[in-house]
Amino acid sequence: MGADNTSAERRRTLVTGVIGSDTHIVGNRILGMALEKAGYTVVALGALTPSDEFIKAAVETAADAIMVSSLYGQGELDCRDFRNLCIEAGLEDILLYVGGNLVVGKQPWAEVEQRYRDMGFDRAFPPGTRTDAVIAALEDDFRAPAAGGHKAGR
Amino acid sequence: MSAAALLIDLGSTYTKVRAVDLENPRILGAGQGPSTVTTDVTVGLAKALADLERGMGGRREFTYRLASSSAAGGLRMVTVGLVRELTAAAARQAALGAGARLVGTFAYKLTAADVARIADLAPDIVLLAGGTDGGNEDVIVHNAARLAACSVTCPVVVAGNRQAADEAASRLDAGGSPVTVTENVMPEFGVLDIEPTRAAIRQIFIDRIVHAKGIDRAAEMLDRVLMPTPAAVLDGARLLADGCGGRPGLGSLLVVDVGGATTDVHSVAKGGPTRTEVVYRGLPEPYLKRTVEGDLGMRHNARSIVQAAGREALADDAGLAPERIEALARLASEDVGRLPRSAEERAFDKALARAAVGLAVKRHAGTLETVHTATGPVTVQYGKDLSAVETILGTGGALVHGAQPAAILETALADDADPLSLRPRTPRMLLDRDYILFACGLLGEVEPDAALTLGLAHMHPVAYGTENGCNPAA
Ligand code: B12
Repeated sequence: MGADNTSAERRRTLVTGVIGSDTHIVGNRILGMALEKAGYTVVALGALTPSDEFIKAAVETAADAIMVSSLYGQGELDCRDFRNLCIEAGLEDILLYVGGNLVVGKQPWAEVEQRYRDMGFDRAFPPGTRTDAVIAALEDDFRAPAAGGHKAGR
Repeated sequence: MSAAALLIDLGSTYTKVRAVDLENPRILGAGQGPSTVTTDVTVGLAKALADLERGMGGRREFTYRLASSSAAGGLRMVTVGLVRELTAAAARQAALGAGARLVGTFAYKLTAADVARIADLAPDIVLLAGGTDGGNEDVIVHNAARLAACSVTCPVVVAGNRQAADEAASRLDAGGSPVTVTENVMPEFGVLDIEPTRAAIRQIFIDRIVHAKGIDRAAEMLDRVLMPTPAAVLDGARLLADGCGGRPGLGSLLVVDVGGATTDVHSVAKGGPTRTEVVYRGLPEPYLKRTVEGDLGMRHNARSIVQAAGREALADDAGLAPERIEALARLASEDVGRLPRSAEERAFDKALARAAVGLAVKRHAGTLETVHTATGPVTVQYGKDLSAVETILGTGGALVHGAQPAAILETALADDADPLSLRPRTPRMLLDRDYILFACGLLGEVEPDAALTLGLAHMHPVAYGTENGCNPAA
């Protein structure tokens, strides 16, 4: 294989999108731009993305992580089988983040976070998360897998 | 005598030739000869040329003698990609665009059974894709190794992840397959780049397949076999639609080709959403798109047309009793050279062609879907929006020789009863009565300007509204 094109030099690839019937695209765009600026290759699926499309895109692009946005309150329904779908597609170890307004109304964050962890997400982010916090978390996780991530959870 | 070109379609049932005046581009003469069932293409060609000479009152010199071929089974291809809806779909599009007959399409990692199946299919060319550039590397390399380890030794085009292409190629090479590496059919997620693959397939066709199929036995009688016939038709369609050298063509175009075994649809159109509130989803489709409906053919697949359209619906359309439909379909599929002999058979043929065109165009065209969100419905488009297409062109025996081509072509149009199917609304309708579209594609390779004039001069307008006239939505 060509010495200068090996995967060691490869930029990390992240798949982003807004899941389900959710049209809130603004935060997802802002996040995508910030991630690109931080040196990631972003595969942006945009709003109204069915969960299987995230996974298909991740398979084809050999993505390192999937970043799911959900704002409209139905995230729990939309994300329920996400990790299982990943496992089905051979992506058992892919890093999964979710963020936005993940539940209806105001609920204690620790509980919300735990629910998404139980679904197999490595990290969940509360409303108002700033992009630099996301980038810092990615750096950590790419250095070492997220502590207490989905594997420990199951 | 002014310069002339000879354009040849080495077909599976007929070999057709057209002599064309190059200075004042028009048809000088036409000829046809039955292709023999055996592999010798020279027999059919000799008959077609004799027929041409009879019509033109003698032999003449030609500046060009160019041919396309669908003889000896056409260009039989197998495509392999990674995700079915992504690189595997892109590979299918590329092969179809190159004029291939897809005999097998595969996705994900090939299994031992898949590879055995491919060996059985004995394709002329395998197209191997998979992974965006920088994306998945394992699957294409795995698939290359699988292919290398089996008895498949046909040429392989590698058009996948750039980072893995060399590795895949060297595996295949070790297995004895001649390999061509070209650009990735999907270099980035959602971006199609199929032209380099089309070109690579065409080159292999010229360099190897023409010989492998014995088509080069006709070498004395022609200068070059340039491409598979469906590719010539697609190139002809593109030239007619786009024009050349600043000369405008017809604009966006849909070509429907109803044959004995399949119905082909070609569109030359961008096909993006025509309404601003519509969101596009899924893989973008190529400007030049070809689909082949393997179950919609007037003879070999008459029975599957009946199955797809429904016996009662077809009977209704033909004005025949439902019980007669099966018998007529059997007759058609058992005697594939049959021309209709009675009013009943003619009515049946017309209804078959209407069903084939309607279904084939519906499958080719994009669709709208309504997604219900909290704020109300959002409209999502999959595939090409062809509602604004300016011209529909019909070609193929069933349309050209059948009665009432308008009544057949009209089934391609948008239907108010089926508003989610994005078919043309108010196109003009043309008929390739002289079977010249493939010739435009061939001639376009050497004299595009003459080819354009030829095509524009020989497409015959068809008026809307005959007895079956479902007038298009205004
Ligand atoms: C603008 C807006 C809309 C616009 C959206 C326009 C568009 N196409 O984008 C419109 C008017 C269409 C709209 C519609 C609706 N909206 Co609205 N909308 C908002 C509003 C006011 C702002 C959203 C926004 O753009 N924020 C700015 C961006 C930058 O922030 P962000 O999206 O949170 O993203 C940041 C972070 O969260 C993070 N992030 C985002 N995604 C991810 C993913 C990962 C993995 C990570 C790590 C981080 C991350 O990064 C971003 C950058 O900092 C919010 C309220 C609010 N202030 O948040 C309500 C809000 C999201 N909407 C809400 C609702 C209910 C709706 C509707 C259902 C209303 C209705 N009943 O009709 C519909 C749903 C439409 C649909 N099908 O999706 C609720 C959701 C409530 C819930 N979750 O329980 C909110 C919270 C308002 C509220 N307080 O009630 N909305």
